[in-house]
Amino acid sequence: MEEPAGKMTSERIRVRLVGVGNEYRGDDAAGLIVAREIRRRDIPGLEVWEAGGGTEITEQIDGAEAVIIVDAVVSGAEAGTLVRFDAAAGRLPGFFVNCSTHAISVADGVELARVLGKLPRRCIVYGIEGREFEPGLPLSGEVKRAAEEAAELIEREIRAMSAM
Amino acid sequence: MKNRTIKVDYLARVEGEGALLIKTKSGQVSDVKLRIFEPPRFFEAFLRGRKYSEAPDITARICGICSVAYQMSSVHAMENAFGITVNGQLRELRRLLYCGEWIESHALHIYFLHAPDFLGYDDAIQLAKDYPNVVQKALQLKKAGNDIVALLGGREIHPINVKVGGFYRVPTRRELAPLAEKLKWARDAAVETVKFTAGLPFMEFEQDYEFIALRHTSEYPMNEGKLVSNRGLDIGIRDYEFYFEESHVQHSNALHSTMKQKGAYFVGPLARFNLNFDRLSEIAQSAAKDVGFVPEIRNPFKGIVVRAIEVVYACEEALRIVESYEEPTAAAVEVVPRAGFGFGCTEAPRGILYHRYRIGDDGLIKDAKIVPPTAQNLGTIENDLRGFVAANIDMPKDWLTLRCEQAVRNYDPCISCATHFLKLDIEGS
Repeated sequence: MEEPAGKMTSERIRVRLVGVGNEYRGDDAAGLIVAREIRRRDIPGLEVWEAGGGTEITEQIDGAEAVIIVDAVVSGAEAGTLVRFDAAAGRLPGFFVNCSTHAISVADGVELARVLGKLPRRCIVYGIEGREFEPGLPLSGEVKRAAEEAAELIEREIRAMSAM
Repeated sequence: MKNRTIKVDYLARVEGEGALLIKTKSGQVSDVKLRIFEPPRFFEAFLRGRKYSEAPDITARICGICSVAYQMSSVHAMENAFGITVNGQLRELRRLLYCGEWIESHALHIYFLHAPDFLGYDDAIQLAKDYPNVVQKALQLKKAGNDIVALLGGREIHPINVKVGGFYRVPTRRELAPLAEKLKWARDAAVETVKFTAGLPFMEFEQDYEFIALRHTSEYPMNEGKLVSNRGLDIGIRDYEFYFEESHVQHSNALHSTMKQKGAYFVGPLARFNLNFDRLSEIAQSAAKDVGFVPEIRNPFKGIVVRAIEVVYACEEALRIVESYEEPTAAAVEVVPRAGFGFGCTEAPRGILYHRYRIGDDGLIKDAKIVPPTAQNLGTIENDLRGFVAANIDMPKDWLTLRCEQAVRNYDPCISCATHFLKLDIEGS
């Protein structure tokens, strides 16, 4: 994939945001919705990518200085619950595995990058607890609100990261 | 002899959700059920009332791994309905796009989903710890496919540049040119992959299958051809529904596809290889012969080698198209919709993917039928499991359970792109 064009000031860290999900499967779209919302905000130096699942994650985070991944999760918590993990600090919890829509989950994709020595120095993963994943359903109300909240938090984190 | 149940609650490394239950009674296999919790045909219903031109982008969402296949079967079906033929460089570009998907899908399955089974690893992460260079190369090989899809499709997954009649935008020669070097590397890596996979330890297991694949007059089949089998089937794709039917089985949401009056059949790499070996390129043929692979291969566990042979072919074919590419004058041929039926059948990485649409005179889809390759292989997978468990009934349960999972993965099933809770049970009554 070609990198988006855009001029960077040399002191800024380039942040890559990867939204993960399938927009035709209810709350699974959460990661994509957040990524698209943040793309609209036009943050300088930010690259926004989309992925269908963890399969592409290993490649998509390769070569980035700092990455933020956002995906739907199923952990048993209340729908709309937001979680944040520092993937650089350790293995991601299994509930990314169980809610993944693809052969390799986001957690596995990140883990594979770690094993191959390709995990970016900064790698933060946000999870949004989903409720319904049936095809054709819209985003549930709880997840829609959580996605808005996540976009705020993530924008703040991106701005803090890129100023580091 | 004891009664046993093989039960796997979570079958990893398979796309989609499902479960497997195998029961044995007095040393005999009494029941095999591959339960698929595939959401029933949502997409077929969803397509009704949509414009004909929306079908490629909507059906691409059915699967994140084989979205090109869905796009290709849908555009061919629409063009068939409207009496349009897409030729020349536009046809070549479609073939190039398909090569990209075969490379990425097969590389993913060979190295990340299937090789761990043969080498005794839980997953690709564990494999990568011991074989980092192999996995690194696998990622690079897969990326060669991704790069094609990203360049032609506009992005790596769910490409958005395909339309009925051609493309929204075609690449320039200069844009395609950088793919050549990557593809040369990928072709060599694929030849190594053939050797690597052929060196894996294989289970001794053969079945007597009816293999079904497309057959084209001169090409290894992707987008076009007749439907043929090793037992004399030879039909046009518009006759598909006269010969094949789908039935609902109680234990699964997915429809099982069978040949009328005949039953289960086999689609996918092994079927293509066995029926079209003479259409493979010279390099692909010699890579196959070098490891002793010539038709007819009837051991489903050896599908991993055949996938690697197909990657060699796809890299070479993609390279041929890139090197001979001339920019077409238009990105698409003109499309004038008309009422009628349209049929499309193309070779997805996992086997034939059939689409049939009825279009109204307003250009809207009145009715859609989509038969994915996995639905066509489900009966065969169950037969394999029945045969495999029967032949290994005295083996320890843990061993048998793992091997049953591997036997399911032989088909690279893409059950749905739902949350993936595939469960496998081997149970004794």
